[in-house]
Amino acid sequence: MTTAVDMSHYVRSDKIEALPPPRLTRGPLAWMRENLFSGPVNTILTLVVLYLLYVTIPPVIRFLFTDAVWTGTDRAACREDTVGHPVGACWAFVIEKINFFTYGSYPAPERWRVNIFFLLLAIGVGWLLWLRAPRRDLGAVYFFWVFPVASYILLTGGNVDFGGGFWLTFAIAAVALVGLLVAAAYFLQTSMRTALIIGLGIVAVIGITLAFIEWDFGLLPVPTALWGGILVTLLVATVGIVFSLPFGILLALGRRSKLPILRLASVIFIEFVRGVPLITVLIMANTMLPLFLPPDTGVDRLVRPLVGTAIFASAYMAEVVRGGLQAMPKGQYEGAMSLGLNYPQMMILIILPQALRIVIPGIVNTFIGLFKDTSLVSVVGIFDLIKTIEASRIDPNWAAPTISYTGYAFAALFYFIFCFGMSRYSIGMERRLAAGQKR
Amino acid sequence: MTFMANPMTAQQTRSAASPSAEAVEMVGVHKWYGEFHVLRDINLNVRRGEKIVICGPSGSGKSTMIRCINRLEEHQKGRIIVNGTELTNDLKKIDEVRRDVGMVFQHFNLFPHLTILENCTLAPIWVKKMPKKDAEEIAMKYLTRVKIPEQANKYPGQLSGGQQQRVAIARSLCMNPKIMLFDEPTSALDPEMVKEVLDTMVSLAEEGMTMLCVTHEMGFARQVADRVIFMDYGQIVEMNTPNEFFKNPQHERTKQFLAQILH
Repeated sequence: MTTAVDMSHYVRSDKIEALPPPRLTRGPLAWMRENLFSGPVNTILTLVVLYLLYVTIPPVIRFLFTDAVWTGTDRAACREDTVGHPVGACWAFVIEKINFFTYGSYPAPERWRVNIFFLLLAIGVGWLLWLRAPRRDLGAVYFFWVFPVASYILLTGGNVDFGGGFWLTFAIAAVALVGLLVAAAYFLQTSMRTALIIGLGIVAVIGITLAFIEWDFGLLPVPTALWGGILVTLLVATVGIVFSLPFGILLALGRRSKLPILRLASVIFIEFVRGVPLITVLIMANTMLPLFLPPDTGVDRLVRPLVGTAIFASAYMAEVVRGGLQAMPKGQYEGAMSLGLNYPQMMILIILPQALRIVIPGIVNTFIGLFKDTSLVSVVGIFDLIKTIEASRIDPNWAAPTISYTGYAFAALFYFIFCFGMSRYSIGMERRLAAGQKR
Repeated sequence: MTFMANPMTAQQTRSAASPSAEAVEMVGVHKWYGEFHVLRDINLNVRRGEKIVICGPSGSGKSTMIRCINRLEEHQKGRIIVNGTELTNDLKKIDEVRRDVGMVFQHFNLFPHLTILENCTLAPIWVKKMPKKDAEEIAMKYLTRVKIPEQANKYPGQLSGGQQQRVAIARSLCMNPKIMLFDEPTSALDPEMVKEVLDTMVSLAEEGMTMLCVTHEMGFARQVADRVIFMDYGQIVEMNTPNEFFKNPQHERTKQFLAQILH
């Protein structure tokens, strides 16, 4: 009774200072009791898992390290009957074949060109992925223009023969493009000077690119049939990744467009490409793409699967990006529209930066899937890393029981390093971008 | 050189627009959501510098009505003329109107990935093609006016609701609008933060801004409004000066509504 009366007339006279949280039991033993043996079920599970680890881990360690052979020049080094003890992975095989795994049949005296390509690629990726790198705008120009052109010239040798009259055609096309843009600006009543600058810029970029490709740098031409190994794997993966994101974004925007034709086209494209296996897309790109094009254009046999993977990955990317767009609250669109931003500005400045951040895990997931799917290009006769391993493991010089396992273990390691790297980077980036910007 | 061309077009439209005293003219406006008739024969003229408060039960169409003024919603019948520009499907005219009409939302709609300052400078830089330095100067001026210049480099998520809403007001003002629309600006705020936002709106009103406010802050309506509009079932039920509106409501529905909200 008295307390009830007291409680109804209560005025706080002092402020309770913040106290540290109660001290929990800490230390490894407490942690184990809490996390591993907190009940009978968990205890049994822990013991089962420990037993499974005991059964699987030691043999793997034995195969990969303790019983592995690190040096040797032929199969004798890796056969149990010749060395006299059980043999695990035959790393000597990988070391001997590493050049083939890296360059395929790229001519040995020209392999420095591939090394420079790897270096340029590493610089470009580093420049773009390091969020605090200086001049990332220049990095983008480098990665999306300088690097592809330089790589093309380095890897193929450049010196493409466009044939007589090409530059005349180009000049006419250039004038037509600039004229078209200026005319469009005139009819849309926007700045004609901007249109002129944009038109000349496009013409200049294309012209310079073509001029470089045609220029004779004195490099030995290397047909793509000779390329192989990690070179091809990284090339296909890079092209797929670089093209899939912008195309995916465009497809996602198209699918959400108010224009029925655009929407229908995007839906058909996405659903069709997603509905067929990558192998089908690759085989179709390989055999059917040349049918659609004029016979004398002769699409390179490496370009076909490049187009195939890029198309395939874009369709998946489109759906990932669409998920992000759908997660955006309507208020963000309205806020942007009420300020007078037009559609491209609203999308580029407000919606996409937020939507893409939401789907970073999905985007990287698609990238990782794409990276591993590049191994399927071997189906259409491209010598990627898997195909070079396949070709090497049947080399009679290295006929030994564990050669195949060693080769596949090497492939697994290679793919794992790249995919794990992507995964860690995306986690780091999510954390950085989330800092201080919680809604 | 777009910023050379833009003032030209702006001037052309200004001379084309008759210097009428009407900031907003709505004539026989109807709107449907599918089968549902949300706005029914809305006729409303707002003079320059006039402050209008719109109230009514939820679902009465008051938000929809002011959102038609900057074309966040499309009307299907009737005419809406804002600052001498009629709203049609013409995207250029819509952009023109939106440049002149600022809007403050119930849920602020700040851009969470941009700092307060970037939120305020975005539209001047991209829509008005203003140099970044000038835009930042203007943004700081308005942030100072709404009394939060020290928060300029924080992100919206780090601010309280009241502060966010004041930023939203500053963001609209940076575009130097001729008309301001407020869509329940205080409804999503904690009670303690309502006053700071209302004070900002009152000072804006005192400077002669044309304002249309959907709000249930009747104190604000009494203090600031030139006219109070009561809406129900998508129609304007009653419109009067605040004095008359509160003291002497005519329509039965208005009396009922006021009895509910004024205790």
